[in-house]
Amino acid sequence: MSATVLQRLASLLPPERLLSQPEQLGAYESDGLTAYRVRPLAIAIPETTDEVIALVRHCHAERLAFVARGSGTSLSGGSLPVAGGIVIALNRLNRILRLDPAARVAVVEAGVVNAQVSLEAAPYGLRYAPDPSSQPICTIGGNVAFNAGGAHCLKYGMTSNHVLGIKAVLATGEVAEWGGVSRENIGPDWCGLFTGSEGLFGIALEITLQLLPKAECFHTVLAGYRTLEQAGDAVSAVIASGLLPGAIEIMDALALQAAQAAVHAEYPPGCEAVLIVELEGPREVVAAERARLDEIIAASRPIEARPARDAEERAAIWKGRKSAFSAVGRLSPDFIVQDGVVPRRRLGEALRRIHQMAAEAGIRCGNVFHAGDGNLHPLILFDGREAGALPRAEALAGRILRMCVEMGGSITGEHGVGVEKRDYLALMFNAEEMDCLKRVRAAFDPLGIANPGKMFPGAESPGPPPGGLHPLEKAGRLSRV
Amino acid sequence: MTPPLQPASLGELTEAVRSAPRVLATGAGTKLRLSAVDAVKISLARLTGVTEYEPSEFTITALAGTPVREIAATLAQRGQFLPFDPLLVEAGATLGGTVASGLSGPGRLRFGGLRDFILGVRFVDGAGRLLRAGGKVVKNAAGFDLPKFFVGSLGRFGVLAEITFKVFPRPASTLTLQLPVAGAEAAAQLIIEASGARWEPAAVDLLTGGKAVCLRLAGPASALLEMSREIFARWPGAALSDTDAETIWSGLREFRWAYADGLLAKVALTPAAWPALERGLGLLDGARAHLSAGGSQAFISLPSAAPSGPLDESLRGLGLVAVTLRGNAPLWLGARPRSKIALAVKEALDPERRFPGLDD
Repeated sequence: MSATVLQRLASLLPPERLLSQPEQLGAYESDGLTAYRVRPLAIAIPETTDEVIALVRHCHAERLAFVARGSGTSLSGGSLPVAGGIVIALNRLNRILRLDPAARVAVVEAGVVNAQVSLEAAPYGLRYAPDPSSQPICTIGGNVAFNAGGAHCLKYGMTSNHVLGIKAVLATGEVAEWGGVSRENIGPDWCGLFTGSEGLFGIALEITLQLLPKAECFHTVLAGYRTLEQAGDAVSAVIASGLLPGAIEIMDALALQAAQAAVHAEYPPGCEAVLIVELEGPREVVAAERARLDEIIAASRPIEARPARDAEERAAIWKGRKSAFSAVGRLSPDFIVQDGVVPRRRLGEALRRIHQMAAEAGIRCGNVFHAGDGNLHPLILFDGREAGALPRAEALAGRILRMCVEMGGSITGEHGVGVEKRDYLALMFNAEEMDCLKRVRAAFDPLGIANPGKMFPGAESPGPPPGGLHPLEKAGRLSRV
Repeated sequence: MTPPLQPASLGELTEAVRSAPRVLATGAGTKLRLSAVDAVKISLARLTGVTEYEPSEFTITALAGTPVREIAATLAQRGQFLPFDPLLVEAGATLGGTVASGLSGPGRLRFGGLRDFILGVRFVDGAGRLLRAGGKVVKNAAGFDLPKFFVGSLGRFGVLAEITFKVFPRPASTLTLQLPVAGAEAAAQLIIEASGARWEPAAVDLLTGGKAVCLRLAGPASALLEMSREIFARWPGAALSDTDAETIWSGLREFRWAYADGLLAKVALTPAAWPALERGLGLLDGARAHLSAGGSQAFISLPSAAPSGPLDESLRGLGLVAVTLRGNAPLWLGARPRSKIALAVKEALDPERRFPGLDD
């Protein structure tokens, strides 16, 4: 059967852009959630939006599951393939179609890399604000599908807040165009609904992004504290001051150790937590506010506070911070990057409980978080070669997510639900609400062919089994590392 | 006509939705055209009050019938605000009506519009179920972003019951500069330059009549004064006193420049499209307009006796679309795109068509 499916697909793309050999499929079996692997039937590599439309219409006609993929950096398994389905790799749709400095917008194809947008906008004094840690490689299409965040969400919001227009091919084959170059919209906010839909509605082809004036001036302070609580208290003081920093980040001891090992970042000796606060804006504003921030930080009794003296020092601070996730790879063969949100005032309590839960489970767990918006990223270390290590790590991740919901927060701030958290979405929404979400999904994708198995619990694609092997694992069609 | 239903609890609200084959929620009636359709009205007037406010979280939750004025006052006590300058606040606009109409004011330039500050909702769907979507924390990516979808959806997909917003600390001070301009081209050029400039202005609006741009800076007072000198060197003008500035901004927010009993419509555009729109409006008797939020929206008003057809044609010619907020005119003017998916989502949220459609 799969041979005939492939034959029919072959009419849509030249052979070199339709991969189906085992060694070719290997590279697409997994994404940023490396614990899961699924081998798809084929990889389609379109080069134009018309080819993507034709592929989706073909999938609709054949009831063939498809998974859109950019650079495969999803940490929730958002681009994990579906067995028997195809992966539509969008990396070659990488054109910036238009950059309009007067309207301050960029119109880009889905495969354009996030950092590329700011790079192209820079000569006009503009930038694209969302800055997920993976920005040097992740694509705008993936950012839109999973409503990617970053370190500046408190002040500037997530991807969704910067998407003005979308041209998408829906799972039904309908091509929809919403919004446009205006920052304002008339009628329901379709772009808002599509962004963060995790690929379950269809594939964004062209995205109109708003650009902001480049911040003229920064004041970035790195402060080391003896305890996480002290760093947390400093955050509360900054928030209460009425300042609106562009970023407020905290790294704990384990994350610091990782960043030191990976990029030779240097932190004040003896600190258990590092706080990074960054003001940004016109030079006159930053000049007036920096004294205020420095006072607040000094009053929070850090071991040491280091304001960045120039652009190079600022870049070094951010390099350490942004490398933390991958740097943990140096401390442990495997790890899960978790993503949960708690009300900011309960950050200290949340961290204490995470440490306690990790200690009880005998698992090492570090924390990097966007403290300004209560977005935690626990890094759960394990060795996948050890029997039962992954389920234990996942069980800890699950307890952390439950805690986030109990505290009034969310199971995901910016990584999305994907495969990883699909069994936890129902912690946030009751049966009627889940039913409502499913009905909306079915409106866009009545056949359930667009990225099935993500967001909703169900049997469409492999999810974390409560224990033992998943049926697909037993069948040898799914494996974990 | 059936008198409006007036539920006093969320339970009564769900009953009200189920009580008639066709219903539509209403607020304070500040944008009457949006609900001028044949349906039993459900007034949210008795569902008011802030239900949760944590200044340290930058979030506030209130029932949909709460006047925005009350929210603003509550926030102001703790030095916070809604940065998108909600409209018709003094006129009594409710939170639910503000979301459903998708209206933001001049301040949407700096940090985004209402859509960028809505975090979560509780709403009643067409089957009368009270459902939650989104969250109550400033960052959340779980589930589809229905809260954003409700922005501008005119109550046609559900009745908003309770809404959670992100809020920001109020800037230490503001300074408004009035910059005279000669003609629509010059105005558009000034708006384009100023909106993208390093000063990061909070608002850049062209006043009705098109003779001057008002540019609002926000931040520490000393910084604003310094920046204003540079701005005046670029475009001569004058700084307004706080009182004069407030008179101008509140006049814009409350549409005091518009015909009270005439048409009032919102158009989404870019500043570059303004000169052509202005020329089109120049051909319509008595047309007035306010170009707002860095030129991303224009509000247009016509005298009550004026037909809306010529405006509709003019917008169509420019490829623009408008929603009529007040006055006797079709709900949509200009070139509104239609899609199959809109009907499918309507079917998903309101299978019995209890709420009017976007085209009713």
